[in-house]
Amino acid sequence: MANKTVQFEIKRQAGPDAPAVWEKFELEWRPGMNVISSMMEIATNPVTADGRATTPITYDSNCLEEICGSCAMLINGKARMACSALVDNLEQPIKVEPLSKFPLVRDLSVDRSVLFQNLKAVKAWVPVDGTYDLGSGPRMFPQEQEVRYPLSNCISCTCCMEVCPQFNESTGFVGAATIAQVKLFNMHPTGKVLAEERLRALSGDGGVQECGYAQNCVEVCPKSIPLTDAISDVGRDVLVQKAKDMLRG
Amino acid sequence: MASPRIIVVGGGLAGLAAVIKIAEAGGSVDLFSIVPVKRSHSVCAQGGINAAKNLKGEGDTTAQHFDDTVYGGDFLANQTPVKAMCEAAPAIIDLLDRMGVPFNRTPEGLLDFRRFGGTLYHRTAFAGATTGQQLLYALDEQVRRYESEGKVRKYEGWEFLSAILDAKGVARGITAMDLRTMEVRAFPAEAIILATGGIGAIFGKSTNSVVCTGSAQSAVFQQGVYYANGEFIQVHPTSIPGEDKLRLMSESARGEGGRVWVPKTPGDKRPVKQIPESERWYFLEEWYPKYGNLVPRDVATRAIHKVVYEHGLGIDGQPMVYLDLTHIDRETLNRKLEGILEIYEKFVGEDPRDVPMKIFPGMHYTMGGMWVDNNQMTNIPGIFGAGECEYQYHGANRLGANSLVSCIHGGFVAGPIALKYAKNLPGAEGDGGAAAEVTRQNEINKALINNQGNENPFRLWRELGQTMTEHATVIRYNKGLKEADAKIVELMERYDKVNLSDKSQWANTSFAFARQLKNMLELSRVVVQGALLRDESRGAHYKPDFPDRNDERFLKTTKASFTGAVEGPRFEFEEVDTQWIKPRPRRYDAAK
Repeated sequence: MANKTVQFEIKRQAGPDAPAVWEKFELEWRPGMNVISSMMEIATNPVTADGRATTPITYDSNCLEEICGSCAMLINGKARMACSALVDNLEQPIKVEPLSKFPLVRDLSVDRSVLFQNLKAVKAWVPVDGTYDLGSGPRMFPQEQEVRYPLSNCISCTCCMEVCPQFNESTGFVGAATIAQVKLFNMHPTGKVLAEERLRALSGDGGVQECGYAQNCVEVCPKSIPLTDAISDVGRDVLVQKAKDMLRG
Repeated sequence: MASPRIIVVGGGLAGLAAVIKIAEAGGSVDLFSIVPVKRSHSVCAQGGINAAKNLKGEGDTTAQHFDDTVYGGDFLANQTPVKAMCEAAPAIIDLLDRMGVPFNRTPEGLLDFRRFGGTLYHRTAFAGATTGQQLLYALDEQVRRYESEGKVRKYEGWEFLSAILDAKGVARGITAMDLRTMEVRAFPAEAIILATGGIGAIFGKSTNSVVCTGSAQSAVFQQGVYYANGEFIQVHPTSIPGEDKLRLMSESARGEGGRVWVPKTPGDKRPVKQIPESERWYFLEEWYPKYGNLVPRDVATRAIHKVVYEHGLGIDGQPMVYLDLTHIDRETLNRKLEGILEIYEKFVGEDPRDVPMKIFPGMHYTMGGMWVDNNQMTNIPGIFGAGECEYQYHGANRLGANSLVSCIHGGFVAGPIALKYAKNLPGAEGDGGAAAEVTRQNEINKALINNQGNENPFRLWRELGQTMTEHATVIRYNKGLKEADAKIVELMERYDKVNLSDKSQWANTSFAFARQLKNMLELSRVVVQGALLRDESRGAHYKPDFPDRNDERFLKTTKASFTGAVEGPRFEFEEVDTQWIKPRPRRYDAAK
């Protein structure tokens, strides 16, 4: 009896301007294998299913524990982390493509630095006075920690942006991840000193009002972050801030 | 003179900590990282960070933390820097708290602390079971703030290749490769800080991230930096065996009451929940009544090995034992351990709240590393080290939750000292050796891309990992170590026949990997030969043929230096600073 195998179809593109081609691979099945371990396997023997020599696949990965946020890609059409995409749970052939809404680098690797730019724009940090010893931080009850911690679990994978119909060049929408960070930092006793600036950053074009409530983000988030709650909370705060600014105007 | 330039390589906790201190002091920093810094390996740390805050009324002190750390490290660490770290730890926790890390809280709103291995105190602050992620993000956010103020410039997607050394052997910058264009460039600097993490990749599968190859520290080792205590490799007792890596199952699972056991009957066929208490062997609790499941990692790892391989009691005859949390209520588990339980659920497909986890030891941490002095500077002037890539805080075995504190502390020490050093450095003659170094690196690249032969670098890597795991992890025999060294030499010869199937000059990941592999091979010999020379057992280094610690011969730091000769590195031994705590036998079957 032939060994059980796994079929892959992987979209290859040598560079941003190169044509896309699909390559098929057939690998020996092993217990517990996932999409990344399969691509590591291909690298040790870069040959397609029809026996043609090819090159190892370029993709981003690092922790392989779904905590670094590197390996987001489209697997059978769904935006998700490749390391936790267990082959046994996937329909075959397993189709693997790069995220579609970010500039392509090569094969499955894309440039997602826009998220980090967005985090800068909303000042997603607590502005501490300095790193010298100033004693303990503000008191915080477990109930507050239990709201902040899930928001702080965002791994910047950008899956929420990939699946958002509003995240595109015409709206310039920042996306759910950034908005959730605004909620996180606006909740913090020290972080909230910048709350007004953050809300103003989200009040114009590309801001929170671009959200079309498709709710795809919250469904796809690998960390189950309550993104739609964050969007509605921040949306409300942005409106209040706008009203205040108008009255002050 | 103009404000000096400092280069930090590596954007994990140690690197970011150094960046923050330099930027705060008014210096300007270029930060290099293979991955976006928010994706660095520190993100994987789970259980927590140690500091003797004594918020549980136990009378914990920094002196006690210091003693536990030195004792846990089997007295191999130089004591003065360890003492300083333990004394600095409470203020580091306070700072992280001020930066907004969502640490778990007590009902009164104070920081909560849990227990960890190798101590009897509740000394570990934690943010769920993703503490490393939360700490990394806090520092990443502060660095982003400095970046937006123009004090930090990030080079993400660049790989460090080498230091630039001038005619006097003083560091004058680095060469690095753009991982998209594959272009090699020189970046001048007055001081460089390497914060490039551990070397897990040389063991093939480990709990480390993909980037943890040790390539950077190996590169400077080959340029003359001493590599110290390379033979000390921590194998974590509880990891989830996997195809691509060994996923960590945090010590905090035991800190919160998790129990390790095996069925008393070999190959017990009953469903796990039907095995009665009386027929389960809680071997750690039996052998180490005082510390129980929270003995240090080297001790727990050897115990699991013994139960599996000597007693033949692995689950279903496989190399696995149970780590059981099912007696703890779900709400507590979710509040304190959710992150790691999710990892288990996602990758194994069983809910550890209902079913005991199946775990086995896996390579986890690099105690050894670049030799540095008490100022975090290597023997090459201007090259500093911080974090896991240097050797100085953990001796022969690291205690759980001491890594995060050592990374941040090391970065906090290295940053300001590097800045001061840089300010006082006389200007370089000419380009300080930059052009020559770029030429040397380009020649290496050219040779690699044009190489003819039939070897695949990923396959060579697998063989290296298998050899290293077999001979240089939990149990070591001189015969096996010699075999491993011979195997590495063979792999080095075969490396010269590496033929890359991808010869392109755009985002060529196998090319970058092949460069790292060369450095991994060089470093592997340091580990193996260091282990071969140390005929004793100390901390994580265990030789059945030499079962006792031998202070007379080996209470010494191993220092390896590169020779380029076929025999491999040259070794010398240095006295250990034991001025604060007199070495005493290390045992965990009773209170110390």
